[in-house]
Amino acid sequence: MHPVLKLLMQRMALGILLLIASSILIFCGTLVLPGDVAQAVLGQSATPEALANLRHDLGLDQSAVQRYFHWVNGILHGDFGKALSNGADISHSISLRLGNTLFLASWAAAISIPLAITLGILSVRFRNRWPDRVISIFALATTSVPEFILAYLVMFVVAVKWRWLPPVSLINDTMSVGEKLQATALPVLVLVLVVLAHMMRMTRAAILNVMESAYIETAVLKGLTGFQVILSHALPNVIAPIANVVILNLAYLVVGVVAVEVVFVYPGMGQYLVDHVSKRDVPVVQATGLIFSSVYILLNTMADLIGIISNPRLRNPK
Amino acid sequence: MSTLLNSAPKSALAGLAVTTLFFGMAVFAQVIAPYGMSDVVGSVWEPASSAHWLGTDNIGRDLFTRMLYGGRTTIFVATAATVLSFVAGSVLGFAAAVAGGWLDQLLSRSVDLVMSVPGLIFALVVLSVLPPSLPVLILVMAFLDSTRVYRLCRSVAGDIVVMDYIEVARLRSEGLGWTIFHEILPNAMSPLVAEFGMRFIFMVLYLSTLSFLGLGIQPPSTDWGAIVKENSDGLVYGIPAALAPAIAIAILAIAINLVADWVLSRTTSLKGGRA
Amino acid sequence: MNAHLLEARGLRIGATLQRPGEKPRTFEIVHGVDFTLEKGKVLGLIGESGAGKSTIGLASLNYGRGPVEITGGEMKVNGKNVRDLSPRALRELRGRVVTYVSQSAAASFNPSLRLMQQVTEACVRHDVCSRAEAQERALDLFARLKLPLSIGDRYPHQVSGGQLQRVMTAMALCPRPDLVVFDEPTTALDVTTQIDVLAAIKQTIAHMGVGALYITHDLAVVAQMADHIMVLRDGQMVETGPTEQILNAPRERYTRALISERHPLAMEKSATGLTPLLSLRDVSATYPGIRFDILKKVSLDVLPGQTLAIVGESGSGKSTTARAITGLMPPRAGEIFFEGERLPDRIADRSRDQLRKLQLVHQMADVAMNPRHTVAKLIGRPLEYFFGLKGREKHERVLELLHDVELGEEFLHRYPAELSGGQKQRVCIARCLAAKPKLIICDEVTSALDPLVANGILKLLLNLQAREGVSYLFITHDLAVVKAMADSIAVMLRGEVVRYGQKSRVLSAPFDPYTELLLNSVPETRPGWLEETLNNRRLETADQC
Repeated sequence: MHPVLKLLMQRMALGILLLIASSILIFCGTLVLPGDVAQAVLGQSATPEALANLRHDLGLDQSAVQRYFHWVNGILHGDFGKALSNGADISHSISLRLGNTLFLASWAAAISIPLAITLGILSVRFRNRWPDRVISIFALATTSVPEFILAYLVMFVVAVKWRWLPPVSLINDTMSVGEKLQATALPVLVLVLVVLAHMMRMTRAAILNVMESAYIETAVLKGLTGFQVILSHALPNVIAPIANVVILNLAYLVVGVVAVEVVFVYPGMGQYLVDHVSKRDVPVVQATGLIFSSVYILLNTMADLIGIISNPRLRNPK
Repeated sequence: MSTLLNSAPKSALAGLAVTTLFFGMAVFAQVIAPYGMSDVVGSVWEPASSAHWLGTDNIGRDLFTRMLYGGRTTIFVATAATVLSFVAGSVLGFAAAVAGGWLDQLLSRSVDLVMSVPGLIFALVVLSVLPPSLPVLILVMAFLDSTRVYRLCRSVAGDIVVMDYIEVARLRSEGLGWTIFHEILPNAMSPLVAEFGMRFIFMVLYLSTLSFLGLGIQPPSTDWGAIVKENSDGLVYGIPAALAPAIAIAILAIAINLVADWVLSRTTSLKGGRA
Repeated sequence: MNAHLLEARGLRIGATLQRPGEKPRTFEIVHGVDFTLEKGKVLGLIGESGAGKSTIGLASLNYGRGPVEITGGEMKVNGKNVRDLSPRALRELRGRVVTYVSQSAAASFNPSLRLMQQVTEACVRHDVCSRAEAQERALDLFARLKLPLSIGDRYPHQVSGGQLQRVMTAMALCPRPDLVVFDEPTTALDVTTQIDVLAAIKQTIAHMGVGALYITHDLAVVAQMADHIMVLRDGQMVETGPTEQILNAPRERYTRALISERHPLAMEKSATGLTPLLSLRDVSATYPGIRFDILKKVSLDVLPGQTLAIVGESGSGKSTTARAITGLMPPRAGEIFFEGERLPDRIADRSRDQLRKLQLVHQMADVAMNPRHTVAKLIGRPLEYFFGLKGREKHERVLELLHDVELGEEFLHRYPAELSGGQKQRVCIARCLAAKPKLIICDEVTSALDPLVANGILKLLLNLQAREGVSYLFITHDLAVVKAMADSIAVMLRGEVVRYGQKSRVLSAPFDPYTELLLNSVPETRPGWLEETLNNRRLETADQC
């Protein structure tokens, strides 16, 4: 078997292993409570019958191991169980919201990735000159505030002061894509701002790191222009780190939406998760937590796979 | 120390001054605050005046007073969590790099596992069953963050451990203590100090986010994230009270960033000479 | 057209450094140098590190590393000052008129691109010729440089160091430039590889009639390659002239020192009646994860007060031998005896006394010292650790040791970064001596140093041996060092000892084929040596056929 294929398989197996491990971790995360989940959920004044019912619903009369396998078995059949708070089917609620969240995250990604890489390259080409300075000041400013504050700032300026767009992003299935886009313009803008700076800085750092290499000197001494040197000699060697940064930020986007969705009252997974954390609705929290982690692990695995494929030493062994 | 400060660029000095000011205000919040933390002293969302420097909040409390007390909580929790996370992460990270073998494998793989779940999500899962009291918040934040500190220390020390001067110490059969404190630590100090600043900012952002989501600091206590939450409704009516903590967080973050950048730049310019 | 190919007039090169918050400071590296080079001729630039050789070479392409730039005077290529060129004209100059071959071809090729693309790139980008024609040219050059024609399809990591250096030469020659700057092109190669690369470069540039600036610190190499030589020291020209004249009738004292630079010669000591201090018996070793042995059944003895030199090229296993003895890489099989006792394989199992008596001096002194420790702490630690010395006693002993390695009291509070290369190695030696060792393993201790400095270190080591009776295990690739230092010699090849015995016997005929090849691959400071040696070899192969 080709060594690259072997490495890829190994990395994918590791991804699956991590997925299983993270499901255990999330399951155990809700076991850390000293005492009884049912008691904590219902409070001190709960009646013994209510407690017993809830314990039965949660399967607390079974061992933790049994409950874990029961839970995983359900998930593998597309069944996340029922919400404690209102008895709604979790799988159904999630299917409605996951699409909304992915819609938001993909638009943010589609805008921010090409923009970040282009700006990163520009800031290397003109390093220590004004384009680089402007870009790095902007980056410092946007990474210094949490995303929910950035969201309020954008909302305050664009929606309240300028009145260009509505301050909240209510969407429903009857809207066309265009209407949806207009309704989500503000949260998309915020998410772009949130990841853009980091991606750009890391792209810049990755390219600059390579620009120190002797082979870049060789390219300069062949009389290539600044852009030729970056595009044909530096870029092929930074595919792996850039892919890594991009995907890391995609993963961050998926998590970053939590706060942004709350600010703009957007009906997505983040809003759903936060609502149910304050309601102490353990099954919903576990289900959404697992989905967020799966996306995160999937993306990280992809980053490593790209890293392996783009390495000429691995692709072409001696 | 004074020569060290003299050689610092102006931006780092400004950052240092602002950071000191913020910590000073946090420590002396009670002395500086013009009103009681929960006293209603005016009507809802009064604009800034000589009596209320930043105006009043959503139920008529003095916003400047709220900011001082909120800042005290934010800075105290972030500092405690950062210190805890650093002690745990750096000790384990250095030990793993020096000892190698099974200890390294065990620690590194456990950290990989914890990091495979996004931090905020993990915190939310835990906070869905635990009460959000101060010790719980600090411990959860410190635990999650110590994985990042561990990775950094493991990799910084990993680069140092392969140097010939560590081999010289190994050839003498020097103990773990000497190797960590005399051979590795002096060479790892700059990146660690810079990282301490960055982690602290991260903790501030993290705590604010949790509080904003209603899962961090609970009333009657407050912090900057909670102040944003309390006053966020005003924004739609054009009342910028919620932006006060935003600006405070941004200023603190930028100030610490400037100091960290300077500390980090010293690593590259200083090759051991102390001229 | 009477313009010289390359002409420097009062050339000054400097670097401007600015630390944040400080005023910029300018350091001059080259202080006004004059020289000329005619078409098709080769000018050798020779000098020690820091003499400004590479800086001058790169200035002919108007390029400076980092903040380095030409600060004064003229550097003219074909009569045009490179400083006056527009950015576009400068790119043209670099692409088709002046090209560059660096010391480390391995680092100078882009790891992500195939060699053919990199070799033809300058031609294609600067419209010297079509891509197809550029590939024709490249293939022709590969043939002339005795490279496999399919080498262009490979990536840099798939090619050996000696081949890569020749591919880099092909890359420089592909646009048919007027001038090629060779910057120590064979320094990183083994001697038996170097000779072929030198021959390939020499024949090809002669055939194409291009001019060359040949930069090296090795007088013997420049003697083979150059028509003229310029000797540089600290950014200034010492003297210049035709190769024969510089080598046979140097005018300046510094040049004479360089040429007559002779290694100290240790008288071979008698081996009879001595019991070995250290013995290796059938020692085999390998790295984890490698299936075959890097070291195959090595048996050697080091006698008390004497020096055993292990000589071999990269990958011969000589450094692995040192690591096996020190316990850094416990042997897989075989036994090591020290002072008659079986030496435990692992460091952890050795007694403190055994660790003390067996010391190692590393090749790279600057990474063998913790950059955050002062000289006093570096030398003081073994005193504290092995002998429990403290305070005044320790301080006095450190001063004594510094004195032993010919360094003064003023070094006590310096950090490694504040020492020169030779001083660093002296501090490392003092640190070893602090342990009062019986055996010091010297792993290529002089290979990173300039010849005159290296000489000083070798003399110091010989004096210390005469005074303290310490034994050395000398690991080196440099036959001159072996001749100077050894009482006995072991020649290693691919993990095996191929020749071993007293120096006088190992270095005299009859030879085994490898030792012979090794011995006659070492360049001599005599023009014509290269052709002579290659001719002899050709004749021998013909004889055998």
